[in-house]
Amino acid sequence: MSTMTIDDLRAILVSCAGEEENVDLRADISDVTFEELGYDSLALMETAARIEQDFGVRLPDDVVVELKTPRALLDVVNGGLVEAK
Amino acid sequence: MTESVYVTGLGVAASTGLGVEKYWDATLEGRGGISQLTRFDASAYPARLAGQILDFEAREHIPSRLLPQTDVSTRLALAAADWALTDAKVDPTALTDYDMGVVTSNASGGFEFTHREFKKLWSQGSQYVSVYESFAWFYAVNTGQISIRHGMRGPSSALVAEQAGGLDAVGHARRTIRRGTPLVVTGGVDSAFDPWGWLAHLSSGHVSDATDPHRAYLPFDAEARGYVPGEGGAMLVLEQAEAARARGTHHVYGEIAGYASTFDPPPGSSRPPGLRRAAELAIADAGLRATDIDVVFADAVGIPELDRAEADAIAAIFGPRGVPVTAPKTLTGRLFSGGGPLDLVAALLSIRDGVIPATAGTADVPDDYQLDLVRGAPRGAPVSTALVLGRGRWGFNSAVVVTAVPG
Repeated sequence: MSTMTIDDLRAILVSCAGEEENVDLRADISDVTFEELGYDSLALMETAARIEQDFGVRLPDDVVVELKTPRALLDVVNGGLVEAK
Repeated sequence: MTESVYVTGLGVAASTGLGVEKYWDATLEGRGGISQLTRFDASAYPARLAGQILDFEAREHIPSRLLPQTDVSTRLALAAADWALTDAKVDPTALTDYDMGVVTSNASGGFEFTHREFKKLWSQGSQYVSVYESFAWFYAVNTGQISIRHGMRGPSSALVAEQAGGLDAVGHARRTIRRGTPLVVTGGVDSAFDPWGWLAHLSSGHVSDATDPHRAYLPFDAEARGYVPGEGGAMLVLEQAEAARARGTHHVYGEIAGYASTFDPPPGSSRPPGLRRAAELAIADAGLRATDIDVVFADAVGIPELDRAEADAIAAIFGPRGVPVTAPKTLTGRLFSGGGPLDLVAALLSIRDGVIPATAGTADVPDDYQLDLVRGAPRGAPVSTALVLGRGRWGFNSAVVVTAVPG
């Protein structure tokens, strides 16, 4: 995998933590906060564990809880993938 | 404070029915929910029958956000609590959050979820263990998840006393209301039907190894040879009588009039088991006498020595064949923390409908039990006061008295 996309992230979020009834994840959510999307710190930790399994990029807990939006998280993951090359 | 505490809502999840009326219809018709274990390959185990809930599709009842973080027992508890609140016509968003509490009982916690996580731990490594295991396993999780889902921030707790715990939860819910919280969701739900959970059940030495689902769980029968474990339970909405009236409550099933719990003496002691005293204290707590009790819903373990001890306690309090006794739990299996609350549901519906459900399966009751056990068909009888008994393994005894509420 060369990059992680917003679609990859959507799939992992739903798999790890389900989805809120009144939130449309298929909309452009790149800059919507995880809090608004209904994902708390535990959901993000679970997501980070899955990202490590699927993409090989490790996101420590103290880094994860500071990532407020999908865009911020993807930037860190994809930055990590670039470094790994 | 001895203010009246009413039951205003009921929610049931049992192998004989999802929902109060389905459960009650099956109970009165003697339709059982015991079947061969299908949750995993149980062919190599000495006991293979259980009261499994076969028609619960979690997706239909639980929000998607809660599915990855809940064991089956928590899913059932959430569903039952939701149904009880709907039945009571309670809209939690319209009430003050600190005026609503949750007091539940649990006997096994989140076994199936935890077993899966242990499997990942040992076969793949710790980084594959779900972060949700941090709470999905433990006894207070049903209280926690119900509280969070419905925004109930009032005094809440979880009690653990095996089959007696559900009655303790109801007793403590009543205490919580009398201490000033107008509404409390209470009850219990258990499920442990994975290979590890099943071994834990079998370790009691009390699980029936019979192969016929209709003859496996025979409390008070001469051929009693253990119980069949079940999954499920019941949630009840309890309210201060005044608060219920002020809310314009839809209906009141009855009052939690009396509650008591005792411990057995240590093994080898010459003192008797504590069940009789728990029952007597609960009746006294209700301000009643033994002659006021119309029916006893028995603990009914189905182990001869324990059946005899219970029969002796009942005869000592009520006299030989002095009160109708029944155990509808043979149809659902023994539900541990769910057992007492589900028996309370049956007791309240007996009051509502003037009928005592029969104890399915049990046929040959030894004369010297001196028991008037309702068998064969339900017995029509006016019921305004019922006593529910529960004994938890390792010495717990609890009793609750429910009464009709006039008007």
